[in-house]
Amino acid sequence: MAIYLDKNSKIIVQGMTGAEGMKHTTRMLAGGSNIVGGVNPRKAGESVDISGKSLPVFGTVKEAMAATGANVSVIFVPPAFAKAAIIEAIDAEIALAVAITEGIPVHDSAEAWAYNVEKGKKTRLIGPNCPGIISPEQSNAGITPSNIAGKGPIGLVSKSGTLTYQMMFELRDIGFSTAIGIGGDPVIGTTHIDALEAFQNDPETKAIVLIGEIGGDSEEKAADYISKHVTKPVVAYVAGFTAPEGKTMGHAGAIVSGSAGTAQAKKEAFEAVGVKVGKTPSETAALMREIIAKL
Amino acid sequence: MDLFEYQARDLFEKHGVPVLAGRIADTPEEAEAAAKAIGGTVVVKAQVKTGGRGKAGGVKVAHSPAEAREKAEAILGLDIKGHVVKRVMIAQGASIDKEFYFSVLLDRSNRTFLALCSVEGGMEIEQLAVERPEALAKIPVSAVHGIDKAKAVEIATAAKFPSELIAAVSDVFVKLYDVFKKEDATLVEVNPLVLTTGGEIVALDGKVTFDDNAEFRHEREEMERDQLDPLEAKAKEMDLNYVKLDGEVGIIGNGAGLVMSTLDVVAYAGERHGNVKPANFLDIGGGASAEVMAAGLDVILNDPQVRSVFVNVFGGITACDAVANGIVGALNTLGARAGKPLVVRLDGNNVEEGRRILSEFNHPLVTLADTMDGGADKAALLANK
Repeated sequence: MAIYLDKNSKIIVQGMTGAEGMKHTTRMLAGGSNIVGGVNPRKAGESVDISGKSLPVFGTVKEAMAATGANVSVIFVPPAFAKAAIIEAIDAEIALAVAITEGIPVHDSAEAWAYNVEKGKKTRLIGPNCPGIISPEQSNAGITPSNIAGKGPIGLVSKSGTLTYQMMFELRDIGFSTAIGIGGDPVIGTTHIDALEAFQNDPETKAIVLIGEIGGDSEEKAADYISKHVTKPVVAYVAGFTAPEGKTMGHAGAIVSGSAGTAQAKKEAFEAVGVKVGKTPSETAALMREIIAKL
Repeated sequence: MDLFEYQARDLFEKHGVPVLAGRIADTPEEAEAAAKAIGGTVVVKAQVKTGGRGKAGGVKVAHSPAEAREKAEAILGLDIKGHVVKRVMIAQGASIDKEFYFSVLLDRSNRTFLALCSVEGGMEIEQLAVERPEALAKIPVSAVHGIDKAKAVEIATAAKFPSELIAAVSDVFVKLYDVFKKEDATLVEVNPLVLTTGGEIVALDGKVTFDDNAEFRHEREEMERDQLDPLEAKAKEMDLNYVKLDGEVGIIGNGAGLVMSTLDVVAYAGERHGNVKPANFLDIGGGASAEVMAAGLDVILNDPQVRSVFVNVFGGITACDAVANGIVGALNTLGARAGKPLVVRLDGNNVEEGRRILSEFNHPLVTLADTMDGGADKAALLANK
């Protein structure tokens, strides 16, 4: 199994014909993802050859789904147009929409999220501002390098892309069921809790690594959720202990406001419910190794 | 970006929110002229982005232009919680009958917008929320539907405004939401919103935070100029994601999470090496080209506090050989300006080739590290020499 994404996933790419879309469609194909087409209203009816595969371009997500049976969309549309692209995916009721785009105004992502809630959340949105989701050796919807680690028993959920890569690299000999980057924006579609719930229900996942960072209260909520609903072992890592108050650290959501959103508070929340927190990514990986060795 | 009070005032005026006359002054002379132009009693207000200005002596009433000059002289240069006052606003005096509170903000935790409102304004809202939570109305606002007239009335009613004021304040709420939405703000706060003895509703003091992601659809260069540290301004010109900190180890990495993590690991290492600390946050992004690496190194090496630099890159989208070539290119471009020791840790795609390139380059200032923890330790050690 794996969560949200597996070998049966049929993927379309919104913004496939742009530079980023093209580059990462090529990489996803090389990694074994089943990409079935792209969406660009200005190039509808054309097809694009990528790595020897001819991919049809559709005018809308809805048409692409009807023609190809796609159930996943990866969105590479630039910030100014990303809200419309996400809303289009929601309107088409695609099962999974993965918004990679960085730099979307928060009014746009908040509006897209509110729209998804009004429509009954028929679409699982991952991101925006995230590396996407990878179920190694099955499928990759996003920009995570496909070759870092193979299939295995660890589930990974992270706010950060490069820390996802780093952690997959550190534990590459053990492997992952699914690694999901939920993104570092203030408003995101899939939260730590959503992923924890899915990993808890996934028989292939035996243990979970959770990566958080300063800003918001997603980690505190996750700690509370773990204490009530997660029986699988979880280790956590939190970045940003040295971040000053009031400064945005790269990710739009990574900011300590007053005394809210500090790494220390998040670490304490995890430790209070018995989740071990690594001081560095390497130490976190070592904690996970101990757990896997005992399974 | 957080705005100064005078910037918020101007923004409110632009969107039809009732405000009093206000002018900025950077010198006592300008303050006198501003008070003269406004006429009557004025308030001289320190422009700093921190609360508690009044208690710190940063807000004073003046009854004449000469007095405004005196008060400005006393306030300019004042240190309020570490913020030195460089500018004052001369605001028209108001005769206040009642003080209220209103804000609309992004509620991250619930992924929606939220309006906060109270008929007990003037005090710090955090304090009110703790001491008298029943006096603070919290009304979720849909990001799709916003605050229309009906929603504004709902907010005013929930906050227990007297019925004769509801029409007037709800009009102001709709306009304040306009500021929030059209200006891509994550916070619009008015504290206090006042009822004057003349029966007018006026926004007396405002706080606005803009969403930096929305900069592309606004013209804000001028507002920004007042905001940044010189090194931050230079980094911004080069499109780098840089935050100046107060330490000795310059940091360059790719990806916000990894860079934040690098700062932490360097700070821990610093505990073993004379308590050196990270000097900055700098994320050069997934691309990590030679040009971006050179620009990043240039900014960091321009920081006189920096004594060593730690480059921590995980080769994901960009392979390590490209990153190594970027570093070689950057050091060649910078030449003699690259005068501080560099510790480089590479991992991920094509790491062997990346390390080989740097070994062959054999630059006297460059040390290769095998791990992130080892690299951080080495960089902290070098900064403490």
